[in-house]
Amino acid sequence: MSANFRLKSLTLALLASAALSACASKAPKQLPPDPGGAASTDTSQGNLQGAVPGSQADFVVTLMGQDAIYFDTDRYNIDSADMAALAAQAQWLQKYPAKNATIEGHCDERGTRDYNLALGERRANAAKNYLVSQGVDAARLATVSYGKERPLALGSDESSWAKNRRAVTVTID
Amino acid sequence: MMFRNLTVFALVLSAPALAQQAAPPATPTEEGGLSGSVSDENDWQDLGIAIPSFATNADVPTQTSAGSTAALGRSVAQIITADLKNNGLFKPVGPDALPQPGYGQIQAPDFATWKTRSAEMLVQGYVRAAEGGQLTVGCYLYDVALSQQLAKAGWTVAPADWRRAAHKCADMVYSRLSGESPFFDSKVAYIAETGPKDRRMKRLAIMDSDGANHRYLTTGQATALTPRYSPDYGSIMYLSYLNGNPRIYVYDLATATQRLITQSRNPTFAPRWSPDGKWVLYSMATGGNTDIYRISAAGGGTPVKLTDSPGIDIGGSFSPDGTKIVFESDRSGSQQVYVMNADGTGQRRISFFGGRAATPEWSPRGDQIAFTHITGNFRIAVIDPSGGNLRTLTDSWQDEAPTWSPNGRIVQFFRTARGSGRTGIWQVDLTGRNERRLATPVDGSDPAWGPVRP
Repeated sequence: MSANFRLKSLTLALLASAALSACASKAPKQLPPDPGGAASTDTSQGNLQGAVPGSQADFVVTLMGQDAIYFDTDRYNIDSADMAALAAQAQWLQKYPAKNATIEGHCDERGTRDYNLALGERRANAAKNYLVSQGVDAARLATVSYGKERPLALGSDESSWAKNRRAVTVTID
Repeated sequence: MMFRNLTVFALVLSAPALAQQAAPPATPTEEGGLSGSVSDENDWQDLGIAIPSFATNADVPTQTSAGSTAALGRSVAQIITADLKNNGLFKPVGPDALPQPGYGQIQAPDFATWKTRSAEMLVQGYVRAAEGGQLTVGCYLYDVALSQQLAKAGWTVAPADWRRAAHKCADMVYSRLSGESPFFDSKVAYIAETGPKDRRMKRLAIMDSDGANHRYLTTGQATALTPRYSPDYGSIMYLSYLNGNPRIYVYDLATATQRLITQSRNPTFAPRWSPDGKWVLYSMATGGNTDIYRISAAGGGTPVKLTDSPGIDIGGSFSPDGTKIVFESDRSGSQQVYVMNADGTGQRRISFFGGRAATPEWSPRGDQIAFTHITGNFRIAVIDPSGGNLRTLTDSWQDEAPTWSPNGRIVQFFRTARGSGRTGIWQVDLTGRNERRLATPVDGSDPAWGPVRP
């Protein structure tokens, strides 16, 4: 599970509790603190958290980490794990044909800036092309490269770099 | 003696274990990764140069930040001293440690006194108030041993440009003593960085070659990257994520307005000017494939696609005569350096020395190409235009994106710290010995050094 996924789940949990407090007008203004670690265990409950079907929140929860695919150093090929993730993305996108998505291409910090911008674009396009091959209309998919500008994992080590060499599909609410 | 030190140093650095060590960021003196002999081991680098306060005929207020003409005379001498010292070229002694000559002595130096101070060269001058608030700065270079004037020049400048007169004087001294072209009176565009590693704010910024007159040009709301000053300093091309997508804009400095370099909706990267400012290169991705294009700098006209490989072709730097372009391509499977004619014909790879080779920049002198050499760590290196005579100039964890001084003797680049991701702008001369960090208000990356000003 990626850090990004956890973060988004936490946001969902907070949104859900905010919604609850809005409904129950007699609830105390000072909510008790969230129990530690509860946010990440919530992810296993998927849609039961209350994400609106067809929303980006629903996409993230449904895909369970498969909203991103990962690449080897300097590569942009789609491997079998990527295919499974992209097939799951395509399935969701076909369930909600009115939804568009942007695929964000990223690189690790161990590349020169210009090249990483081009490489991120190449990775985003590789993911896009596979989604199109799975029946998603190309007109629904945009790409953007962030090169090495938006790392997810902050370390300067192989495991961090592996997490950062990614293409993330983000649906547009 | 200097040559002997150099040889010993090169031997030490050839040990692989040492070469792998990350250089400590704050001790620039001993980390130049020199790997070969160089041609500019001249005695003039050891010259003792005295630079006393510039005199004035009448101490009157000025409209400058430095104060009256007398205060300005001291500041001018300090700027000249810093220029000559900070680049490792000379060992000057500045005004704080020297007697102050009178106005009448500027053209008739007291050579006997300077000889007793072991000064071999003497830089003197004056500051005078001129018409309309302007300032006249005179600059004289003397050979103390010969009791002889070597060079003189004078400039009348607007108050806001007073530092330029000091840089021009430093340039005169440097050129006369070294035989090299001047470079101090020039400016640098770069990216100012603040904030945590995953949410860096990146702003377009400019400064003089010595870090003075620093100014931010963008607010940081949109990430700005990879600026390049136009040769006339009138505008800057850079990449911005304005409106969400990375595209190249031309920022006009006089009007503080900007326009897209091309109306295409595709992402565009790596803007570059031709030396005469008439053409620009940009790299554009279409369906994931990036190629290099050339278009008129004035805007309009049809872009000419210069590369057509299925790999990433990106960047590009013109030879000084504008006939050739050095660029980067991964068509062989990894980033390597290629040269082509300015019309895109005759593309051939020139980097065949192992590792990856990226971000090539042609020296304004034409004799060298600086690039990022990726062999595990990222180092700044130079080759000749045929790809031979590889020399590595730096040795750190990640040094990237060289840009040349106007005279092709110094390379600026940015260094990224492992872990924190913090960046700083550094420069190193072609010997690899004189490496230093430039003082910037916040972290800095993507430096682009412009030409010497007329």
